[in-house]
Amino acid sequence: MSDQPRILYCHCAFAQVIPKDVKQGVLEQLGAAGIEFDCVPDLCEMSANRDPLLQQIAENPDIRIAACYPRAVHGLFVAAGQPLPLAGPEIINMRTLNAAETMEALMKPREASAGIQIHENEFLETSDVGADRT
Amino acid sequence: MIAPKVTPRVVLYEGDSAAPLESSFRGQLMTKILERGFPVTIARSDRQLGSPGSPGREPRMVLGNFSGKLPPAADSTETAGKPLAEFRDISGLDLEAVLSVVDERLADTIDAPSGKRWKPWFPVIDFSRCTNCMQCLSFCLFDVYGATSDGKIQVQNESNCKTDCPACSRVCPEVAIMFPKYKAGPINGDEISSDDVRREGMKVDISALLGGDIYAMLRDRSAKAQSRFSKERDDERALKERQRCLDKLKTTVGNLDVPAEVLSSLPSFDQIQIKADQARQRAQQALAQQAAQKTQ
Ligand code: SF4
Ligand code: SF4
Repeated sequence: MSDQPRILYCHCAFAQVIPKDVKQGVLEQLGAAGIEFDCVPDLCEMSANRDPLLQQIAENPDIRIAACYPRAVHGLFVAAGQPLPLAGPEIINMRTLNAAETMEALMKPREASAGIQIHENEFLETSDVGADRT
Repeated sequence: MIAPKVTPRVVLYEGDSAAPLESSFRGQLMTKILERGFPVTIARSDRQLGSPGSPGREPRMVLGNFSGKLPPAADSTETAGKPLAEFRDISGLDLEAVLSVVDERLADTIDAPSGKRWKPWFPVIDFSRCTNCMQCLSFCLFDVYGATSDGKIQVQNESNCKTDCPACSRVCPEVAIMFPKYKAGPINGDEISSDDVRREGMKVDISALLGGDIYAMLRDRSAKAQSRFSKERDDERALKERQRCLDKLKTTVGNLDVPAEVLSSLPSFDQIQIKADQARQRAQQALAQQAAQKTQ
């Protein structure tokens, strides 16, 4: 296991809900941090498309996701039939944090965040809800 | 329904065999590729270049400052003799030149050019709150909601949803419907306060007072308006009247925050009636299915 959970950044296309300077600042600082990370254009679109990447993300609980409200992000994974594990993934909300705060949350060492759940989620067993749409 | 779709990934490689990208160039390049609809991975090692265990997620393009010499991974990442990814040396290219390389190779893999893509606006259900009451299914005229084979509510036709319209989230008695791109909480997924729950409860009470069906009220108003329109045969006035009725509806039932374009493009009175009946029937069927399963 590396020192740092894998980082996934959502660029939240199509809407101005995450300020441009936050997105730009986070992207640039992640790039300059010398780490490997993944960026997706829009998690909402991927959920609607049932993109198989969501399955890969959901299978790896050792992840920090920079996106929006944790309840919404969890809901999107459930809708795609790939619920995120209850423990493990951390969701960092770029709608309420600025770029520096987002970076701090993304980059903090594993120890510092162990046991801290940004969002206390209580999602039910709903893996069957999003999967097969008839 | 939208078919499952894999979007090709672009890797910006900054491992041993490539010079690092200049910081602001990297930032701009990532932004532009993301805006085109492609996921981007920043790779510092060959590990990220092929994902044999995950068919479909292999990178389609690997871009790097290779200075004329592609890394060994360029020869080894292949399946059944076909390269998994196309490696391109971008040393010395400016932003526009790199983007034309991306466009040339990947533009045909997305449905629409950037700027013309569907804005992913659709309801997302918080199943930790949903009680499967089917009010959302009964309410929506556009077949966005459906039920699974065992009678559970499900968002089935995301792309039918009217962009920027959050109306169904207002009819959910449990505040369980989110629109992640909505401007305000709790609809955007923000935590739900006890005030939010009380407000939603009040809304349902109001709707119950009106006969339990907001669309029934809408129909009555449309019917009255329609009889006037048929006499006047004045389309513009008809439209204005519909708008006025809907505005009044909004103030009666609470601010539904339905965009004007959606209000003015609502189906005709007859279509609304047919759609509302169909939706109600589907909701009843799903509830019956659920009840039958409980007694089994
Ligand atoms: S998940 Fe949140 S941050 Fe990402 S696209 Fe959807 S609304 Fe935007
Ligand atoms: S109205 Fe709300 S509680 Fe009822 S089925 Fe729809 S999402 Fe669930």
